[in-house]
Amino acid sequence: MLKDENPRPLLDVRGLTKRFGAVQALKGVDLSVLPGEVHCVMGQNGAGKSTLIKTLSGVHQPDSGEIFWDGEKVDLSTPTAALSLGIATMYQELDVVDGLSITENIFLGHERATGGVLHVKKANAIARTLLKRLGHGSLSPSREVGTLSAANKQIVSMARALSRDTKLIIMDEPSAILDAGEVQNLFRVVRELTAQGIAVVYISHRLEEIREIGDRISVIKDGQSTANNMDVADTPKAELIRRMTGRDVSNVFPERTPISVTAPVVLEVTDLELAGHFDKLSFSVRAGEILGFAGLVGSQRSEIIETIYGARKASAGQVTVNGKRLTAGSVTSAVTAGIGLSPEERKSQGLILDEPIYKNVTLSTFERFSRTGLLDEAAERRAASEQIEALELRPADPQRPARTLSGGNQQKILLARWLVHGTKVLLLDEPTRGVDVGARAEIYTLIRRLADAGTAIIIISSEIEEVLGLSDNVLVIDNGQVLAQKTATEIDEHGVLDLVMKGSAA
Amino acid sequence: MSKQKIEVAEQPIAASTQKQAENSGTSHRSGGLVQNLMHGPAGRSLGLVVALVVLVLIGLITSGDRFTSSENMLVILRHASIIGVLSIGVTFVITAGGIDLSVGSVLGLTSVVGSLTAVQAAASDSTWLIMVVVSLLVGAIAGLINGVIIAYGNVVAFIATLATLVAARGLAEIISERRTLLVTNTDFTKFMRADFLGVPVLVWIFALVAAAGWFLLNRTTFGRRTVAIGGNLEASRLAGIKVKRHIVSLYVLVGVAAGIAGLMMMGRTTSGTSTHGYLYELDAIAAVVVGGTLLVGGRGTIMGTVFGVLIFSTLTNVFTQNNMDTSVQALAKGAIIVLAVLLQQRFASGKVRKAKKLPLKV
Repeated sequence: MLKDENPRPLLDVRGLTKRFGAVQALKGVDLSVLPGEVHCVMGQNGAGKSTLIKTLSGVHQPDSGEIFWDGEKVDLSTPTAALSLGIATMYQELDVVDGLSITENIFLGHERATGGVLHVKKANAIARTLLKRLGHGSLSPSREVGTLSAANKQIVSMARALSRDTKLIIMDEPSAILDAGEVQNLFRVVRELTAQGIAVVYISHRLEEIREIGDRISVIKDGQSTANNMDVADTPKAELIRRMTGRDVSNVFPERTPISVTAPVVLEVTDLELAGHFDKLSFSVRAGEILGFAGLVGSQRSEIIETIYGARKASAGQVTVNGKRLTAGSVTSAVTAGIGLSPEERKSQGLILDEPIYKNVTLSTFERFSRTGLLDEAAERRAASEQIEALELRPADPQRPARTLSGGNQQKILLARWLVHGTKVLLLDEPTRGVDVGARAEIYTLIRRLADAGTAIIIISSEIEEVLGLSDNVLVIDNGQVLAQKTATEIDEHGVLDLVMKGSAA
Repeated sequence: MSKQKIEVAEQPIAASTQKQAENSGTSHRSGGLVQNLMHGPAGRSLGLVVALVVLVLIGLITSGDRFTSSENMLVILRHASIIGVLSIGVTFVITAGGIDLSVGSVLGLTSVVGSLTAVQAAASDSTWLIMVVVSLLVGAIAGLINGVIIAYGNVVAFIATLATLVAARGLAEIISERRTLLVTNTDFTKFMRADFLGVPVLVWIFALVAAAGWFLLNRTTFGRRTVAIGGNLEASRLAGIKVKRHIVSLYVLVGVAAGIAGLMMMGRTTSGTSTHGYLYELDAIAAVVVGGTLLVGGRGTIMGTVFGVLIFSTLTNVFTQNNMDTSVQALAKGAIIVLAVLLQQRFASGKVRKAKKLPLKV
């Protein structure tokens, strides 16, 4: 996509620093963005990406360093200053107003009006053109934004950026709220934007995405640039991880331990059916085995484990743990039998965010620590502290509210919960969603350690590579059906996708 | 000054478990504990203490000795006791993310049924006991109905208990034929109107219910489940807590509280009528909210509720002492509620801002 040998950068940032009180958020960041390119910025949580974005959008002022726009030194003293130069920012949490129409959202803050009277028709016409430019001409400009999907809200947000004659759009983890199909659509839009000469700064955790959409990559670690303008195509993944984490992650996935032939079957699922979702589903997991569910969003994989867990009531079939049959539709029965679930939506389904770590860790076991209904919080704290130590959960303070922890550490709370409980079967739905690359490797190791200790584990992930890398055996699932059962080493990502495509064609 | 007061007030929390003392060997942990308390109920009680002190000062200035006399203090407490018992019950359902609008009506129904029992069983020596048991049972059944409709019928608590509010009042009218029934058992009324150690029995009941409520909410698995469900119902369910069953037991609990309040009302007025407890649900909810229990659930404070109740009854007393209009009093009550909720919101939004880093508008 880069035609000129030495084109002049549209945005050139040199030696940016920013301190907040005692925290040096940026210690020297360089960034050089060319017109019409997709420039990816990577870094772990807390690396300084957000501060960088906010500095570029005029929200924060740098302590030192220079910003050049189209060759000229500029001062982005307010968000308006950045906008008028042509820098628009799409924040992760979409800032659209649900109750307003698409047009009203697009022109929010710069309404088309004379003397306070809105030019509704004109604004609608412009909105229509903008939507068309983004490949979404079918959306009606008068539609209320609250009725749109997250993906389409993103389009509205982009249209708003374009309505201001934007030359650079900063996208902060735009794919975080999208499923696989929507991400592809987002990429199409991004390509259309760059074809029109607009530059995109694309922030993401997901290495695979960056490989697909990015032209060049810059990496920040601890507020400092550790790599600049690396070519996406030429940079190996291991190199990126090393730059981000500062250590060699020679092998992201822990080594597999062969499962003993005598290992007993712990979880047995027989002819399980959830009306309208899947039927006649049978498989088993042995002690120490990690079984992966590979499949796309909408393959019903979450529904399957939620049914095993009793969070949904099976319409037929049975689940047994160590030979003991569970009551369909009873989470308590599953938990008592020794099944634990780490749900897909960690924050809304897993944690009580305002409660301290230890109460979250003992949410399934506080009854056990109690005597005749009286809580023993000291014992709970001790148990939580042991897990905090074992899992290297940070900050290591059992009193800290769960809300204040990073995604990786919140995930560790859930693992700790089931470790305290002593589960025999652990169901992990997207255990690394929202977890940065460095912390992921840690989570993988923990999961493997749990399996080595004899836990039977089922893991679901949108990232097929993760499922294949972590599991011993894999079920390829599509539309609630098992297309294939393989050992994880027998199949690769393409193999899975081939099966899924064939499955849906049939 | 008010700060000191709080630490004194909250001391029982810190001292009550020996285990905790064993465990808090490190200065870090005890520091965390103090910090936790300040961010916890005590920290939020600060404003309540200030409000109460201000009200007392106003009372002192406007009415002097008449206000501070021990008789008047007991008047305030006695006035607080019935709403107080209701409010303790309501604190539990609100902490769990629910609401109960029916407590006032259930109080009325209890008083009618209870008084009727007294008449029916007048000949027997155990009238007393029968009356108490029947009244508590009426409250429990009303709560059970609320709970089942909410938990198993998946009806929003607001609507379910609104229906009970209307229905219970109607039932009380039918049973009493809209007459005021006299409580004929003098043993009972004498007891309820008596003093014990110089303090009215009604106030003792409130104190006991408050203490039991505090213990139940803060020290038992029942309380933990209540807070957990209010904090995140889905996470609690997926952690294996029997959420529906617990919700039912919560409404039974608040129903029993209404039953106790009904008995207290029968004792105080020596009568049972369908109009007893009219609009009490609003006073109870106001006291709970002013006390700092979050309406969205997940955080509840019995101590705060007690303060809330005392603030309102002191306010009433100050107005009565000065022979001021009850309409002005209502106005002041309204202002206090709004002020308290504004403070709560500030607390809540501060929490969100810290955690979520809200995106700034472009």
